[in-house]
Amino acid sequence: MNVYAIKAIYRFEMARTFRTIVQSIAAPVLSTSLYFVVFGSAIGSRMGEVGGVDYGSFIIPGLVMLSLLGESISNASFGIYLPKWSGTIYELLSAPVGVAEVVIGYVGAAATKSILLGLLILATARVFVPYEIVHPVWLVTFLILTSVTFSMFGFIIGLWADSFQKLQTIPLMVVTPLTFLGGAFYSIDMLPPFWQTVTLFNPVVYLISGMRWAFYGTAEVNVVISIGATAGFMVLCLIAITYVFRTGYKLKS
Amino acid sequence: MESSIVSVRGVSKTYAGGLQALKRVDLEIKRGEIFALLGPNGAGKTTLIGVICGLITASSGTVIADGHDVVADFRAARMKIGLVPQELSTDAFETVAATVTFSRGLFGKRKDAAHVEKVLRALTLWDKRDAKIMTLSGGMKRRVLIAKALSHEPTILFLDEPTAGVDVELRHDMWNIVRDLRASGVTIILTTHYIQEAEEMADRIGVINKGELIVVEDKEVLMRRLGKRRLTLKLVKKLDAIPAALDGRSLELAPSGHELSYTFDGASEDTGIGALLAELGKAGVEINDLHTDESSLEDIFVGLVKGEQA
Repeated sequence: MNVYAIKAIYRFEMARTFRTIVQSIAAPVLSTSLYFVVFGSAIGSRMGEVGGVDYGSFIIPGLVMLSLLGESISNASFGIYLPKWSGTIYELLSAPVGVAEVVIGYVGAAATKSILLGLLILATARVFVPYEIVHPVWLVTFLILTSVTFSMFGFIIGLWADSFQKLQTIPLMVVTPLTFLGGAFYSIDMLPPFWQTVTLFNPVVYLISGMRWAFYGTAEVNVVISIGATAGFMVLCLIAITYVFRTGYKLKS
Repeated sequence: MESSIVSVRGVSKTYAGGLQALKRVDLEIKRGEIFALLGPNGAGKTTLIGVICGLITASSGTVIADGHDVVADFRAARMKIGLVPQELSTDAFETVAATVTFSRGLFGKRKDAAHVEKVLRALTLWDKRDAKIMTLSGGMKRRVLIAKALSHEPTILFLDEPTAGVDVELRHDMWNIVRDLRASGVTIILTTHYIQEAEEMADRIGVINKGELIVVEDKEVLMRRLGKRRLTLKLVKKLDAIPAALDGRSLELAPSGHELSYTFDGASEDTGIGALLAELGKAGVEINDLHTDESSLEDIFVGLVKGEQA
C-alpha cells in the first residue's frame, strides 16, 4: 500500500475544497437554510406533527440526507472527472498506485467534505428548529456510511462521464427525484397504499428512514434493513470501481 | 557487458478499433544513455511509451523496467519511472511547488522540501514556486511537467516530444536540461520527429514507423546512413532533360524544368559538388541560385521502408 500516495491525493482534494470554500460549503448551507425557512417555518407552522414530531423537526433528517447525497456525488464525481478533463489523469495512471489508494484518497476526501457539511447543516438547522438526537452514535454511523457510499457512487459517475453534461445527468435525473420522493418532506404513511409499495423500491427511503430513526427513535422501515441496504450498495460500488481500475474501462486504451 | 535498464520484448498493441499501433516490438535501453525514438506522427512512439509507463495495456509482450515487470510488479517498476507527456496537462489552479510536492507523494516518496527545491532550482522554477500554473508560459509549464516527473527521483525518464511547439531558445534550454539529467545518472528516452533533435541529443536512435522498429543504431552510425543532403539549383533557362554529360550523377529535374536537385552524402569528405558545378558549367547550364537542405525524415522513412537510403 502506497500510504504517501493516499496522503497526497487526500490533501490535494481537500485543498481544492478550501480553495473553493464558497461553492463547497456556503452554497449548500444557504440552500438548506432556504428549505428550513420555506418548509420548516413558513409551511411547517401550519402543519401538524408528523409521526409525533413537529414538522419543522421532521424534515431535518431528510434535508441532511438530501445535502449529503448531493454533495457526496458531486464532490467525488468532480474530483476524478477534473483530471480526466484536463488530461492530468496521466499521472495517476502512471503512478505506483492501485485501486485501494485511489479510492481511499479520492472517496475519503469527498466523504470527509460531505460529513463536515452534514454537521454544518445540523448546526444550521438548530438556528431554525429545535431537535434532539436519540441515537447520536448511529447518527454519525449513518453520516459516514452514506457519505462514503455515495462518494463511491459519485466516483463511478465521474469515471463514466465524458462530458460536463453527463456529470450532471445522474444527480439531476435520478438522485434528486429519488431523494424528493424518498420521504424527505413527508412520511410514507401519508401516501395511498399503492404508492407506499412503490416507494419501497426507492433506496433513498431506507437512508432517510434510518437517519430519522437516529434522530427521533421512530422509523418507517426497519433500521437493520436501512443499514443493510446502504452497506450492500457500498459493496456494489466498490466492485464497480475495482472493475474499472482493473480493466482500465474508460481510463486506458 | 552493458546492462539494459528497460527491456521491451515482443510488445504488440491493437486498439479496440482494430488499429495495430505496435507490431512485436523488441527494444533494449541501456542504463545511463539518451535514447531517441524517432518517427512520424502516428508511428507508435506515444503508444510504446504508454505501454511502458502503464497508460496503455499491451495486447501481448512484456516490459521490464529497472528489473521489475511493469504489469506484474507495477508499483516497483513505476516508482523508477518519470513521464513527461506530450500535452501540457497541468493542474491550472495549483501552485508550482504544490503540484511537484503532490507528484512526489503520489509516486510513493516521503515529503522532502529540500529535494523539491533542488528540482525547482535546476529547472529555474524556484522563483515561480508560489505562482499558479495557469499564469505560466508554455515553456514554463513544460518545465513544471519535467519537475513533476523528477520529483520522486526516477532512474528512467520519458520525454514525449519535449520540444514540440517550443521556440528555438527554449529548445536549446531543454537540450541542456536533458544533458544535465543524463549527467546526474538518469536514463532518458525521448521521442521526437525532429531529426536535428535526435542528432543533437541522442547516444542511440530508434526509428519507428507504422508500429515497427525499423532501425536501432548508435547515432553516429545512423546519421551517416540517414544524413543525406540535397543541393537544389535554380536554373536560368528551362531544361527539357538532364544533359547527357551528367548521366550517372544522382540528379533530378523538377517537372517545371527550372530546378535541378542533387542528392549527396553530407558526411562524406567528397560531396561531389565541386565536380558537378564544373560539369554544369561545361554543359552550358547557368545557375541563378542554390541552397542545400537535409533529406526530410519523411524521405528517410520512405527510403527505409523501401529498403534503400533516402
